[in-house]
Amino acid sequence: MMEMTKIVKTVANILFPLTLIFGLYIVAHGHLTPGGGFQGGAVVASGCALLLVAYGSQWVFTRIKEKRLATFESLGAISFITIALLGLVFSMVFFGNFLAGSTLLFGTTPATGSTLADFNTGGVLPLMNFAVSVKVIAGLFVIVAVIAYASSIKEWDQ
Amino acid sequence: MEKRTIATIFVFAIVAVFFFFGILLLHPFGHPGDAQMDDYMIVHTQNETGTNNGVTSIVFDYRGFDTLGEATILFSAVAGVMMLFRRVKK
Repeated sequence: MMEMTKIVKTVANILFPLTLIFGLYIVAHGHLTPGGGFQGGAVVASGCALLLVAYGSQWVFTRIKEKRLATFESLGAISFITIALLGLVFSMVFFGNFLAGSTLLFGTTPATGSTLADFNTGGVLPLMNFAVSVKVIAGLFVIVAVIAYASSIKEWDQ
Repeated sequence: MEKRTIATIFVFAIVAVFFFFGILLLHPFGHPGDAQMDDYMIVHTQNETGTNNGVTSIVFDYRGFDTLGEATILFSAVAGVMMLFRRVKK
């Protein structure tokens, strides 16, 4: 995909940080507001796809290698399963919420009913949101970027 | 008629019969079934998972195994794309 005109690049420069902030906000507040790891990760990955459209896949692949993105995707999957297995270790249940109700990180329990949102709640849910968001950002971006790069090549070997 | 056309019609008829009986066995629309599980989750979500967002608590805690399968789907999609386009970077 060739790079586009200066107008598209300028609009992408303005919109990309805003998209990034909005997606990371959805990820970070996944246990308080609608959204979560998948949705916020999809928002951030669409911002990266905007960059890909404006600047072209050749420009993107001089900045980041797709092998590195695939490594991030695997790291997200591994940390997700690791948190689930830690639940098996500490609370005897696979995907057990061993941090909820404890005094550790994210351990506060909110009062029953409609309460004010407290960021320090949720047990392992914020950690799982973060792991899934890393996985979704890297996974969706590497799919879009590799397909865009493959479609930009004029001549194939065979 | 060709044998292949007859076989196609036969297979489609079998599938249609299965779909028809499957639709007959569906739950009647507008009449929810037992709700003990939903009521339990609505009442106990804040105590057990410490989360104000009930949907996230179900997705990542009560039904975490489904989320693991969802993550596996994305992982296999990325693995398939990387395998298909592995010769691109030569």
